[in-house]
Amino acid sequence: MKSDPSFNQLRPLTSAPPEIGRGEFILNVERLVTRLNNGARIVDDISFSIKQGETFALLGESGCGKSMTALSLMRLLPDGIRVASGDIKLDEEDILALPEYAMRKVRGGQMAMIFQEPGLSLNPVMTVGDQIAEVLILHQQLRGKEVHPRCVELLEQVGISDASRRASEYPFQLSGGMKQRVMIAMAMAGHPKLLIADEPTTALDVTIQAQVLKLLRDTQQKTGMALLLITHDLGVVAQMAHQVGVMYAGQIIEQASREQLFARPAHPYTQKLFAALPDAERSGQPLAAIPGNVPPLGAPLAACRFAPRCDKAWALCHEQVPEWAQLENGHGVRCHLYTSQMGSEKLNLKASLSHAPPTPGGEGVGTEGRGTSLLQVENLQVHFPIRKGILQRTVGYVKAVDGVSINIPEGRTLALVGESGCGKTTVGKALLQLITPTAGSVRFAGHELIGINAGQLRKHRAGMQMIFQDPYASLNPKMRVAEILQEGMDALSIAKNSDERQRRIDELLEQVGLEKTSKWRYPHEFSGGQRQRIAIARVLAVNPNLLICDEPTSALDVSVQAQILNLLKSLQQQLGLSYLFISHNLAVVEYLAHEVYVMYLGRIVERGTVKEVLHAPKHPYTQALLSAVPRIDGQGMKTVRLPGEMPSPSHPPQGCHFHTRCAQVMAKCREVYPTETLVSTTHRVHCYLAAE
Amino acid sequence: MNQAAHVSILFYAQNALFSEFNAGVSNMPVILWTDVMIYVLLATVLTAALWIRKRPYLVLPWQRVAKDSVGMVSLLLLSLFVLVGLLDTMHYRAALPEKSNGQTVYSAEVLSVFDALATGIKSRTEKTYSAPLAAYLYAKESMETSEGKILRDYPRLRYGGAHLVDPQRELLGDVLKRTGIGALEGLLIGVLLIVVSNMLFHFFVRFRTVWSSTGREEISKDNRLPTFTRAVKNKPFKALLITALLIAMLLGITVNLAAVYHVLGTDKVGQDVLYLALKSIRTGLVIGTVTTLVMLPFALLLGIAAGYFRGWVDDVIQYIYTVLSSIPSVLLIAAAVLMMQVYIEMHPDWFETSAARADLRLLFLCLILGVTSWTGLCRLLRGETLKLRELEYIQAAQAFGVSSSRILTRHIVPNVMHIVLIAVVMDFSSLVLAEAVLSYVGVGVDPSTMSFGTLINSARLEMGREPMVWWTLAAAFGFMLVLVLAANLFADAVRDAFDPRLNRT
Ligand SMILES: Nc1ncnc2c1ncn2[C@@H]1O[C@H](COP(=O)(O)OP(=O)(O)OP(=O)(O)O)[C@@H](O)[C@H]1O
Ligand code: SF4
Ligand code: SF4
Ligand SMILES: [Mg+2]
Repeated sequence: MKSDPSFNQLRPLTSAPPEIGRGEFILNVERLVTRLNNGARIVDDISFSIKQGETFALLGESGCGKSMTALSLMRLLPDGIRVASGDIKLDEEDILALPEYAMRKVRGGQMAMIFQEPGLSLNPVMTVGDQIAEVLILHQQLRGKEVHPRCVELLEQVGISDASRRASEYPFQLSGGMKQRVMIAMAMAGHPKLLIADEPTTALDVTIQAQVLKLLRDTQQKTGMALLLITHDLGVVAQMAHQVGVMYAGQIIEQASREQLFARPAHPYTQKLFAALPDAERSGQPLAAIPGNVPPLGAPLAACRFAPRCDKAWALCHEQVPEWAQLENGHGVRCHLYTSQMGSEKLNLKASLSHAPPTPGGEGVGTEGRGTSLLQVENLQVHFPIRKGILQRTVGYVKAVDGVSINIPEGRTLALVGESGCGKTTVGKALLQLITPTAGSVRFAGHELIGINAGQLRKHRAGMQMIFQDPYASLNPKMRVAEILQEGMDALSIAKNSDERQRRIDELLEQVGLEKTSKWRYPHEFSGGQRQRIAIARVLAVNPNLLICDEPTSALDVSVQAQILNLLKSLQQQLGLSYLFISHNLAVVEYLAHEVYVMYLGRIVERGTVKEVLHAPKHPYTQALLSAVPRIDGQGMKTVRLPGEMPSPSHPPQGCHFHTRCAQVMAKCREVYPTETLVSTTHRVHCYLAAE
Repeated sequence: MNQAAHVSILFYAQNALFSEFNAGVSNMPVILWTDVMIYVLLATVLTAALWIRKRPYLVLPWQRVAKDSVGMVSLLLLSLFVLVGLLDTMHYRAALPEKSNGQTVYSAEVLSVFDALATGIKSRTEKTYSAPLAAYLYAKESMETSEGKILRDYPRLRYGGAHLVDPQRELLGDVLKRTGIGALEGLLIGVLLIVVSNMLFHFFVRFRTVWSSTGREEISKDNRLPTFTRAVKNKPFKALLITALLIAMLLGITVNLAAVYHVLGTDKVGQDVLYLALKSIRTGLVIGTVTTLVMLPFALLLGIAAGYFRGWVDDVIQYIYTVLSSIPSVLLIAAAVLMMQVYIEMHPDWFETSAARADLRLLFLCLILGVTSWTGLCRLLRGETLKLRELEYIQAAQAFGVSSSRILTRHIVPNVMHIVLIAVVMDFSSLVLAEAVLSYVGVGVDPSTMSFGTLINSARLEMGREPMVWWTLAAAFGFMLVLVLAANLFADAVRDAFDPRLNRT
């Protein structure tokens, strides 16, 4: 029984989680069902167990019920949702049968939880130390003088430097990564047997994510607790998990050890999920996107929930809910392919078909003929004044963008990568003149855009447009799709009469893969991916040459992300568009871009073709960024851990901006900002190491 | 006896209608300033309703309001008040019988359709105070008996209970009888009205289905019969039905009693308190709504401009409203109203009738209340706009080079409308109360304008009398309570329906 051959190419995992002496089962969940009061099942018949010292990863897309599973375990479900049936045993204790007062002892004591938004889970008016002390007093029966030293100890354990000072600080004084560390310290304060981490790193940058994940692994190794890790990121699973449960629409549809799952995903959904991940090897071809969307809550139960999106589905799939099938070695799956006669025939058929090997990717990229330059940016600066006092005097500047030069040729994709807050979005908005740049030059198709008046600017507006990150905030909820698409055409007088406009709207909707009838509907009736399609259609309406895409897929699920990336790619081929692709997802960049610019604290520190920058990075920051990305194929380079966080752009460090975090820092780095070094004709770096 | 009283009600009603009919022919319609405002407001509301009907996202929250029983019941009460207010808004001057040089002469008194309908209780003024449903005056008087002796006793009322031979014995029985009959009649008429409107509704539905899709009869047949039964099953409709019947009964009782009694007594000069209270409704509504109409453009324009343009525009607007809201508004209103009063008195020739003068003062009060009350909403709107302008759809529009005015009207205004609506509905009741307080203090409406404030102000003196005259205050209090409570409950329902945080699908 072989699955899709492309999965077997995955190399053995190098950065495997540590093997800990795994003991007895700590948590047993049997046929857990959690319902809305109106009967819709949010968590539908889930069973799994976790051993001591083991990490069980619950993987799934947004809205599939991961968090509700976690909250059911903690008995912290919001109003209107309740556990309908099932059995939860923590260390032989029946959680569901406990009275509330006993449950309070269990929470924080035997079972602790950390959440996605570290900012929202800490009390903003209590010092960090007091919040940890609360847990200590409640669950460890520590009193008086014992408490404070233990607080400091815990903070030190989670890697917070200067812990005794930090203990008396308030959450707003800490950065996102530090807040998540504090949350972990709080969770560890009660010596829990089970730690539930609900997307603990989703709100954090890759570099900080790497720190937090390492912290979790180390803590687990020290204490031997069990970890239930909830995530949507296959990369995180690859780094952390021993066992994996894949959730879809409220059910676990596949469960296996990490090695098994990555070597041979059995369920069609899991297979698709792997295939939908962008990377360089696939950059020549479209991604295997999963059509459609995750089914809504309370969808009919009489069929396989994945059937509408499954390309292997047949009649039985639409009639009967597949049973749980136990394959060899603990690998379980919920799919008719493995239980019915017909299914196994189909499987065998599949295996005998040999797929053509994927066309070697990466070659097409970078060797394409370079078009003429479409956008030239010289020394772009955006400084936001910091005002203080009643008189609003300017006391300093946030140098969000500090001398950026970019060159985008026609028909190509340039990616801008960097940590949150490094100024990527600001660059995009300054190019569009949505923010007035402080200095510099932006030449678009030969015309200087800076310093011209609004009327002249309007003439060039059509050429350059932006796609935004959040598909929920980028469409006016009070306008219908047709009105949204028409807005740009009206403002820039694109179509002459209303007939022509309507025709164009139909054409655009078709181009981005939406039905024509959707033009009379309102944005709230669409899913995130569909909204992003509408946003793309809106900018296409004015026939732009350059699209600035500001993290267009970071708010979307992996399967939907693949749809949008495919769309962007095919539009580029059809219409010869250029993209400035702003992203922090290096896999996406690798898949889509021709050239990469790496940005740190308002400046470009390294630029070059995808191959040069992502495969032979010269700048220590790029290297650290790359090694921080959790990769499912483990093809990481030597691990360069990046300590600390990005300094504030209002007080950039003297000399090389990166010297505060650089492992190879030298004396001269602290004094003068390094000049540009040419590694090759296309590859340029700002670092003394490369200059040598 | 009873029969006669009945006939008299019909007579009054007919009389009123007839005179109204006459008004079209020979009476002179008068349009006061506040009337204009109310018509403008009415037109705005109707246009808005038509506009909303076509937009499903706007209809949605209203459907949620319609599902709220409390909200619907309070809306029913409010619409009764509005009905009275509107009837009281159609003004005219009656033609006098005598003519001078062949030209019709009009009475100096400005009447309204409501006055015409209520001529009965309006015209039957007693000498002075009388208690609710009394047959005797509230003060003793010297009277000459048939034998020529002078007697000091409570005299019979001129109109109240005049049909009774011996009120001492008959009054209670008569009142109870009329109450019963009135309740029954009200119920009957209520049921009749509901049945008729139901039939009309069915007819309409059938008409629509047949008209819109000839040949798809079966759908309409399926739908026709159960509509009403289904409607009764849903909670808000049931509550509405029950309230409507209760109100119909109450109205029946009131009409029956008012034909021969003063239901809420009379005031110092013998005017029927029920009439006064009903007349006060219009004043309250005008204050509550016209003020909003006045302040809305300020608040909307300035709030949004401040939030969207930032910079010096924001500074100036913020400065203005901070200064305005730091002046005690009562002082500002008192100063403005007193100045106005002096001004009006210096130019008596400006006004044809005293009603026009009182009306201008009312309008001015609305203006000044509007000027002092826009700051709150303005501040709210500024904050919301600040948030909205950072949203990406606004930036997308900016990237298309869409003009600022278009962004404001197409993107910002529709997205702050729910705040405006909630603020307007919530402000209504506080404005009605503010009027009462201001008139009580003496800087409110013209003393000749009937309003809750003036009613309470006059009741203040009567409270000190022995025995106490409590009914004026009670009437004003009761009417205002019902009005403000209904408005508040409705506002709550609206706020809940529009609140994005109570996220329902
Ligand atoms: N309007 C503004 N006023 C002041 N400072 C600002 C403003 N907009 C952005 N900044 C600051 O400029 C810096 C760069 O912000 P920017 O949004 O460009 O970052 P980014 O790289 O897009 O981050 P992310 O990945 O989180 O989107 C940040 O420090 C931010 O706080
Ligand atoms: S049961 Fe059928 S539809 Fe569902 S995943 Fe398996 S093959 Fe696809
Ligand atoms: S210049 Fe120095 S501090 Fe900066 S990145 Fe290079 S080695 Fe590190
Ligand atoms: Mg950004």
